[in-house]
Amino acid sequence: MLFVAVGLLTAGSGLLAVTSRQVLHAALWLVVALAGLAGCYLVLGAELVGLVQLLVYVGAVVVLILFALMLTRSGGVPVVTGPAQRGAAALVGAGTTVLLGGALLAGSGWGAVQVAGPTNTQVAEGILGTYVWPFELLSGLLLLALVAAVAIARTPTGGREGET
Amino acid sequence: MIRPALPYLLVAVLAGLGVYGILARRHAVLVLIGVELLLGAAGLLLVTVGQTTTATDPAAATSGQVLTLFVITIAAAEVVLALALILALFRARGHVDLHADLDPREEAAR
Repeated sequence: MLFVAVGLLTAGSGLLAVTSRQVLHAALWLVVALAGLAGCYLVLGAELVGLVQLLVYVGAVVVLILFALMLTRSGGVPVVTGPAQRGAAALVGAGTTVLLGGALLAGSGWGAVQVAGPTNTQVAEGILGTYVWPFELLSGLLLLALVAAVAIARTPTGGREGET
Repeated sequence: MIRPALPYLLVAVLAGLGVYGILARRHAVLVLIGVELLLGAAGLLLVTVGQTTTATDPAAATSGQVLTLFVITIAAAEVVLALALILALFRARGHVDLHADLDPREEAAR
């Protein structure tokens, strides 16, 4: 099945993204994982969400992450924690997977269902009709995040002027 | 026809990988990668539920996809702010190692 292929690609590249010791490789595997997730959305019949995911994540967010990795390059700093904490993290991660997967699979069962999602026209009507106020608030949130990010990144190091 | 169990399984795997990535990394930007995977799992769960259940009410039928779009937007805003904070941290300390000693008195004495 198509979803199995795309899902395996997503899960495999996600695993490499969180385990790779090269910071740039991890970011590039994140690109593959997020693109695979967009493919999952397409297979599930949510074309609009899939394309927005491709546009926003692969186009914008990953480029930002790559820029941040380039700008904060400092040699010799280890990127992974010690083996004890890695083991504990793997335990917590595996526990999350088992609990979440168990709960979801117990709720859904193994049967196949028909994909019965809304059309893109209905989604657009939902965004600009039922959900129009959250949608407008989100534009305000994005503007606020942009201004706040510029303000934070421009702050001189060592606190405000006069303190140092 | 699709088995909803498969997307749910992928949701669980991605959430576990995201939690592992957040906990097992020292580099601040790589912690963000774990957060991205966790948010992706949340979006996939919303889309799967929205696409495999039938609802007659149009607001309920579209809510899965619309909420995923909202999650993606909020995640973009969150990443912008987090990266700005990480850049400020790097300019103040010269590294983004989350396990380094963050005692401000020691930093001032250096």
